[in-house]
Amino acid sequence: MWIFLATEILFFGGMFTSYTIYRALHLSAFEAGSHLLEVKFGATNTAILICSSLTMALAIHAAATGKKKSQIVTYLILTMLLGATFLGIKLWFEWHHDYVDGIAPGLNWTYNGPYAPGVQMFMCFYFFMTGLHALHMVIGIGVLTVLTIMAARGRFTEKYYAPLEITGLYWHFVDIVWIFLFPLLYLIGGRYSGGGH
Amino acid sequence: MSEHIVPVKTYAAVFIALICGTLLTTGIAYVDLGTWNTVVALAIAVAKMMLVVLFFMHVKYNRGMTRIVLIAAFFWLGIMICFSLSDELTRHWEYNPLPWTESALLPYISHLLL
Repeated sequence: MWIFLATEILFFGGMFTSYTIYRALHLSAFEAGSHLLEVKFGATNTAILICSSLTMALAIHAAATGKKKSQIVTYLILTMLLGATFLGIKLWFEWHHDYVDGIAPGLNWTYNGPYAPGVQMFMCFYFFMTGLHALHMVIGIGVLTVLTIMAARGRFTEKYYAPLEITGLYWHFVDIVWIFLFPLLYLIGGRYSGGGH
Repeated sequence: MSEHIVPVKTYAAVFIALICGTLLTTGIAYVDLGTWNTVVALAIAVAKMMLVVLFFMHVKYNRGMTRIVLIAAFFWLGIMICFSLSDELTRHWEYNPLPWTESALLPYISHLLL
């Protein structure tokens, strides 16, 4: 699993690298683009993902210490619900509103403020990076669904809980990607000023 | 897999630290620190990542192979970022070759001799 995560680090790393390069080349546009995003949704979603990482860790802890299967199932369902809440906020309050507001490149683009071409590039990065992150979360929720069924059937004991542990690593990794996406996309655009410099 | 059981208290402490880190990084984003805004934001993100990796992902209690793979992954990531940036950020220099004449080379030669 760690080797798979190493490939995942480089997969997301490629996007972070190109983001860094284009940010360096079009700094003002990227800062203007960052102002189009809502910090409150980004911060809320960060907190939600951290909560889901905690419940994931507690599910593994419950299995490892031989707790009742209902406890494992509860923590797993909580993790999935928090993940689904994250995706709901992302999809409805952010992506849908971006589309309606005309800042979705290729779908509905009506932004004509300063640095419009660069802002369009920023929004492309935003949609691809958050989109691939969301795809990872959908896959994670899918795997957790299977694990919840297995846990409900009493498959996990204090001797055998490797599937939970491995899925936990994946889930925490997806959390870490968001921990970096949040400041890079939402925060470092100079929030203290009115817009791009 | 780690056989070490992390106490729930540790998880709770890490969770609180992560939430505090999120509030801190969000708050600091509204303070004008110039270039340091990016540095501080990334430093807090790295600190949060370390908490997740060490405690939630049990790397603190795992040695050997896990750490080698993790360090190798970040080493590759470092190569990718550093080499891409050193290429991209040095592309736009003015290319201004010196003529191969005695007068143009004289300052360099005298500099070497002195």
